[in-house]
Amino acid sequence: MELEIPYNVHPRPDTGLYNAKLGVWLFLASEVMLFGALFSSLILLRTGAPTWPHGWELLNVPLATLNTFILISSSVTVILAWASLRLGDLKKARIYLALTLACGFGFLIIKSIEYGSKFQHHHYPSTDNFYATYYVMTGLHGLHVIGGMILFAYLLGPGAKMWTKEPERYTNRIEVAGLYWHFVDLVWIFLFPTLYLL
Amino acid sequence: MGQKRQIRVGTQWMSPRDAEKALAEALRVDKEEQRLHKEEHHPHGFIGTYIFSTDHKWIGIQYGFTALLFMLFGFSLMLLMRWQLAFPGKPIPLIGNLLGLTNAPGGIMLPEFYNQLGAMHGTIMVFLGIVPLAVGAFGNYLVPLQIGAPDMAFPKLNMASYWCFLPGGMIMLGSFFAPGGAPNNGWTSYPPLSVVGTGGQTWWLIGMVFLITSSLLGSVNFIVTIVQLRAKGMTYMRMPFFIWAQFVTSFLLLLAFPPLEAAAILQLMDRVAQTSFFLPSGLVISGQVLDVAGGGNPLLWQHLFWFLAHPEVYVLILPAMGIVAEVIANNTRKPLWGYRSMVLAVVFLGFMSFIVWAHHMFLTGMGTTISAFFQTTTMIISIPSVIILSALFISLWGGSIRFNTPMLFALAFLPMFGIGGLTGLPLGLASADIHLHDTYYVIGHFHYVVAPGTIFAMFAGIYYWFPKMTGRAMNEKLGRIHFWSSLIFINGVFAPMFYQGLAGISRRLYDGGAQYAHANPAFKTNVFMSICAWLLLVGQIPFIINFFYSMFAGRKVNANPWEATTLDWAATTSPPLGHGNFHEIPVVYRGPYEYSVPGSDVDYLPQHAAGPEEATPGGGVLPQVAVAKQEP
Repeated sequence: MELEIPYNVHPRPDTGLYNAKLGVWLFLASEVMLFGALFSSLILLRTGAPTWPHGWELLNVPLATLNTFILISSSVTVILAWASLRLGDLKKARIYLALTLACGFGFLIIKSIEYGSKFQHHHYPSTDNFYATYYVMTGLHGLHVIGGMILFAYLLGPGAKMWTKEPERYTNRIEVAGLYWHFVDLVWIFLFPTLYLL
Repeated sequence: MGQKRQIRVGTQWMSPRDAEKALAEALRVDKEEQRLHKEEHHPHGFIGTYIFSTDHKWIGIQYGFTALLFMLFGFSLMLLMRWQLAFPGKPIPLIGNLLGLTNAPGGIMLPEFYNQLGAMHGTIMVFLGIVPLAVGAFGNYLVPLQIGAPDMAFPKLNMASYWCFLPGGMIMLGSFFAPGGAPNNGWTSYPPLSVVGTGGQTWWLIGMVFLITSSLLGSVNFIVTIVQLRAKGMTYMRMPFFIWAQFVTSFLLLLAFPPLEAAAILQLMDRVAQTSFFLPSGLVISGQVLDVAGGGNPLLWQHLFWFLAHPEVYVLILPAMGIVAEVIANNTRKPLWGYRSMVLAVVFLGFMSFIVWAHHMFLTGMGTTISAFFQTTTMIISIPSVIILSALFISLWGGSIRFNTPMLFALAFLPMFGIGGLTGLPLGLASADIHLHDTYYVIGHFHYVVAPGTIFAMFAGIYYWFPKMTGRAMNEKLGRIHFWSSLIFINGVFAPMFYQGLAGISRRLYDGGAQYAHANPAFKTNVFMSICAWLLLVGQIPFIINFFYSMFAGRKVNANPWEATTLDWAATTSPPLGHGNFHEIPVVYRGPYEYSVPGSDVDYLPQHAAGPEEATPGGGVLPQVAVAKQEP
């Protein structure tokens, strides 16, 4: 007998939330502060610098645009996975989850091509503060992508066993993981114009 | 009165003697159930029960023990520093030769080592001592009990939080063995010194990332628990003040720590990937221009650091205020005066704490307009603190006060925190700060807030909730010796610092200010202060003895020895039931501090006691339905 925690699966009537959903929103609030601090640092460094290159002069805008589309589509597939589970269709949900995972891979592959070409031209974090902020912010975002992919791989593989016994709880997990994934997507939507287009 | 005194247990009113029997029976039944549970199902074993436990009570105790050990260690670092301040250049007696040739050749402390001790004393006391004790230990143990929850909302995350904290702490301590020794740039790790500093600084940054992860997991857990798991009838305005304090504290931890994490990542990059986020162009070190790209901004670190570290001050003080409020309400036997204003004040304080950080940076040349802004917000934030402190003082008025050890510590907290708070006002005014900045006055100010303030509140909490955690009371006589010696000597350490600071002695001088000819008289108080510090250590020995002696051989007490109203005391056994805290989740009918209610024949009405008009004679039929069972 596991200890029964109230509102683990079903929403509490007066708050309208189950525990994990509130938990992930709070976690995202803290993530906003983390990336917010990095964006503020970028603004402070850039405004204080005598010269600062335009992102599009040094970075590969077409590849980053492609990556933006890949991440946005993965945000759609993760919603579809959740919607399929709400309709009771695990098979479809798994296909959508696999697509999400594939998008994550695609994003990382393109990102590593970008990094690779920069390294080839000897542009490292130590080169100047433009590259330093570029590497740190996209690198931290990349770590978030990897974290999300580990999460989805688990939910697609061993984590899916939960569906047979506690389908609602499994659906909640996909929803919560999806919220996180939307946030990762959103960070990129801010990073792309800030680093590449300005 | 004695015979008439009735306690509510479950649905029934009974005499204390019967109540104790009933609770003992409940405890026995629970133990039996747990035994059966262990035999029939997956046994947790030693590791599951004591090391990787998911029970909030045990995690709280783990946090408490670890934090107390860290605090003792951090305290002993300061005792070494006090030797150097009192007797500069003389070999440290007894242990001087054990400190190593690189730190103290011939037992004489080197300046580099003195700086390491200072930086690590601050880091350990703040991040490894008080926060884990105030939030990790007291918060974990008491929040679910006081709101009527079976556990925290995410028990496994709770365990993970402790197991991020411990490695983080170990990495911090490990920095002493890094090449060049522990960080020696002060607990604030200001660049550029920290970027080019000892190898231990890298450990400090990695340890900090662990600690921030731990506090993130903890704060999410606390907020979700308080919002979602309050028992039926436990509305927000019926929550004990302690819960409000923890609630606001969790928001501060959740939102203020990430910018420091960002800053730690940037500084780590500066150290390991040769970036220059915090290194300006043309930085010269030992006559050599540093070979980095440059273009960074050292003040950026200060902004990011203080954006955490000012809310952090309130993380240190709010749980302490919560504990003091509980102890005072219980021992004056009357409701807290102005509970509603206190709650509003603590929430307002939480908001304001995010927009005062730059008052630590008046001397960075940031301009008078910005200074004026932060000076104004700083003056405003003192208002809610004053409201809370005044409400606690007024609560004493007309009460028949019980002077037991927890109450003595709680009472001492009030003037001590008052001194700490009031001496902060001149520091918050930019013009006065020009003279006082970075002097011993600052050290005196924040130590009055945190040492005889927060730490005294922590002691009050330990003496107050010890019977809840162990079922045994701590010894009163030893407690009083501990209290009076601590009170006298701690003032002996910190009060002269105001005098030294006003005389202009800088806080960071290895020899205590020997070259300050104009401050010579103030410099002489160092010997007195150091002797007080060492006697303060001696004063803690009765506490340590009392703690371990009482744990095993203290006087056994019933479930609610202080006759308190809150659920942690009134609705469960001491120690609480292992599996889910309560035999049945209580239903809450009233506010947290209904002491000495006129017309009532008992002097305290527990929160889960229905009104006399509702309790039917001979039992009562009120539904005591567990919230858990109400789920569809």
